[in-house]
Amino acid sequence: MEPIISMEYYLIVSSIMFFAGIYGFITRRNLIAILISIELVLTSTDINFAVFNRFLFPHQLEGMFFSLFSIGVSAAETAVAIAIIINIYRNIKNVEVRNIKKLKD
Amino acid sequence: MEYSILILILPLLGFLTLGLAGTRLKGKTAGYVGTALLALAALTAYCTAAQYFNLPRIDGIRPSLRPFNWEWMRFTEHLHIDLGILLDPISVMMLVVITTVSLMVHIYSLGYMEGERGFQRYYAFLGLFTFSMSGLVVATNIFQMYIFWELVGVSSYLLIGFYYTKPEAVAASKKAFIVTRFADLFFLIGILLVSYFTRTFDFGLLCSGDSALFASAMGKTFMGAAVLSWATALIFIGAAGKSAMFPLHIWLPDAMEGPTPVSALIHAATMVVAGVFLVARLFPVYYFFTPEVLHGIAYIAAFTALYAAIVACVQTDIKRVLAFSTISQIGFMLVALGVSGMNGHEGTGYMAAMFHLFTHAMFKALLFLGAGAIIHTVHSNEMSRMGGLRKAMPLTHITFLAACLALAGIPPFSGFFSKDEILSAVFAFSPWMGAGMTFIAALTAFYMFRLYYNIFWGKPAEHEHPLHEAPASMTSPLLFLALISLVAGFLPFGKFVSSNGLEYIIHLDVRIAVGSVVIAIAAIFAARSLYRNGTSAVPDKMAGFFGVFHKAAKNRFYIDEIYQFITHKIIFRCISRPLAWFDRHIIDGFLNGLACITGKGSLAFRWMQTGNLQSYALLMIGGCLLLLFWVLFL
Amino acid sequence: MQDVLILRIVFGFLAAIIAVFSVMAVTSRRILRAATYLLFVLFATSGLYFFLNYSFLGAVQLLVYAGGIIILYVFSILLTNTDQESRAPIFSLRRWLAMLATFGGIALMIYLLLTNTWPEATMDTSAEVNMRVIGHTLMGSEKGQYVLPFEVMSVLLLACMVGGLLIARKRS
Repeated sequence: MEPIISMEYYLIVSSIMFFAGIYGFITRRNLIAILISIELVLTSTDINFAVFNRFLFPHQLEGMFFSLFSIGVSAAETAVAIAIIINIYRNIKNVEVRNIKKLKD
Repeated sequence: MEYSILILILPLLGFLTLGLAGTRLKGKTAGYVGTALLALAALTAYCTAAQYFNLPRIDGIRPSLRPFNWEWMRFTEHLHIDLGILLDPISVMMLVVITTVSLMVHIYSLGYMEGERGFQRYYAFLGLFTFSMSGLVVATNIFQMYIFWELVGVSSYLLIGFYYTKPEAVAASKKAFIVTRFADLFFLIGILLVSYFTRTFDFGLLCSGDSALFASAMGKTFMGAAVLSWATALIFIGAAGKSAMFPLHIWLPDAMEGPTPVSALIHAATMVVAGVFLVARLFPVYYFFTPEVLHGIAYIAAFTALYAAIVACVQTDIKRVLAFSTISQIGFMLVALGVSGMNGHEGTGYMAAMFHLFTHAMFKALLFLGAGAIIHTVHSNEMSRMGGLRKAMPLTHITFLAACLALAGIPPFSGFFSKDEILSAVFAFSPWMGAGMTFIAALTAFYMFRLYYNIFWGKPAEHEHPLHEAPASMTSPLLFLALISLVAGFLPFGKFVSSNGLEYIIHLDVRIAVGSVVIAIAAIFAARSLYRNGTSAVPDKMAGFFGVFHKAAKNRFYIDEIYQFITHKIIFRCISRPLAWFDRHIIDGFLNGLACITGKGSLAFRWMQTGNLQSYALLMIGGCLLLLFWVLFL
Repeated sequence: MQDVLILRIVFGFLAAIIAVFSVMAVTSRRILRAATYLLFVLFATSGLYFFLNYSFLGAVQLLVYAGGIIILYVFSILLTNTDQESRAPIFSLRRWLAMLATFGGIALMIYLLLTNTWPEATMDTSAEVNMRVIGHTLMGSEKGQYVLPFEVMSVLLLACMVGGLLIARKRS
């Protein structure tokens, strides 16, 4: 039986998302914007896990759980990153990448 | 006689302790430590000498012993460098001379160098010098000798430049080092030639007179002369550099910038006779295989003796007079070696050279130490600042007079005996040369007494502080050396040292002895009439009479200027400049070019290393995509 | 047949939202807007999960991302007072290269996805995953069950919480 939507379309969508994230990561100048780009990249990989699980190995659950844990990890990562960003902001009143040149003052 | 190694170890120990821990000690203590160690070394040397000369002769020949020998580097079956101790008559005699003079200088310096900065350094260097000089004379092979030869050169350099804040001293030490080093280069080439053809460094083999050993070197010729002749001539150039033979003598007068006791030890008694010792050590090689080189040595030495004696007559700096006198006397020794034969009566020259080396070491050290005492009091080297010192410094006066008489060859002082032997050897070789040497001996007497009368007689110069006799630590070595100078002539020297090792009985040639003494006394009286009062107008008139010649002699016949011309105008301009240009522009240019290309290349790549994480991410993604592309489509 | 068409339209809608808003999220100069676009993308993503019949995953996505992370973003943007990103040159070398990499990458991926032959996939078990199964798998310690990662994750979250507090706290 032919699936309603074939797998390639999911993957194309996720790769568009992935490369949008890459583009953002390279070109953005604001730390929070960069973090948003990273979020896009992570989410696109989550989609891939879920899609591969559903279409290729439907009897197993690894992909889904991997996505689940990945969501948890990205939440943790975001929390720490934002804490760091706020700390940087306290120090230099700014979160632009080009202004962050010193690890310690 | 294994204990003879102590003669080397004790001064080295002194050098190491004073050199490493010297600054922790007080100056005086360092001096006492060094002197005590050297006294022990001297004692060991005397014991060695006593035991050695009491050994029974084998077939009438004194044995040559090797109490200690250690193979250091083995190149081939036959060619190896050993470090060891060779005891034979001349090395034992030299050990006695070195340790005695060195001990005297150590004691003397306690007074002379008192209060100087770097007292410890001074004694450390003296220890180093004594060690290396002893190592030189006991060398078992020519390469060991070369090693210690260079060590002696280094310690001489260090001691001449002892007052390193004085530009003249620094220049003099540099000059001495470069000139002797230049000569040593030829020495090294000579050593390599000899060892290449004979396949040995060992003195025992080289001096055995075995012609099979030298057959290959004699057979080959280079530019019309046998290779062996070249080799021995090159070795003699090394000896001439150390012994200040013309034209390599220019460093010795300048070396007088060092402390006076150092001049006494190194530049009068021991190091400068290393060349004589070397020729004596290789005497069988010279005599049997290259007699023409030996005769060449005699002529060069005779010319040097004449030249130095003339220059000594007009110098005004007392240490320089003594320096030229040293050059002249070393010339005497080498003349004696050059005209010597091997057996029986022909061997007089060899014995005489060694005898003169021995006596000269004693009285020339005495002269220098006396001069040091005078300089210590007067604070000047110039004769014009002296005069009438005999009342202020009676002990120095008496000992200095004894040394002058010894050098002038007046009996019964030791110089008479040794010089007389030299003269009779030279007369036996060639009467003309003998006459010339007698004339030089007269010149010697003349300039020594010119010096003597100028210092101790005549009108006293003005001094801002009272003159005083030197302290006991300085006068006691003077007295000791004066005693030796007085009695050493009566030693039956031929019993100890002779060319072939057999006993040799000295007998005076009365005609030559009387002739030379008469001429010497005449020269002394001439000096007395000219310089005794310091008011005679004759010296100035004579200077006017000789005019250009006097001026030239005063300027040492412009040898230094010729060197200056050759080095600066010819070598520097024609060789060094182009080489420097080549070095700066081609070699440096090549390396700079490499560096420049690297730098430019790095700059070209530098934009990659921004330190910016985003750029790295971009490059990484680009790389991944390129790899993917490559895997997919290529 | 009609069902299939509607589902395809829904998928197209979700895909369009994801594509458009992810591009807007990385190009908008207002950070707050970017965060909002990200929120839309994440909603659409959870929609895709629902579409795949992973309702639990979609719910988690909604809860964690939309409910937690985006709130964090908004707070941090407001706290750091940097809504406006500084103006970059529009056509710098880096931007060109990034665009090249992006479009090249997308082209490569699409080519790869469309030409690849996938292993035979059977869609017979497209059914919803039973909640009981999810619970057992998450909490079980058998082979293929995930209690250990689950616990590690909880420790990680705790550590992040402490770390975040520690880093962001005001120093006197």
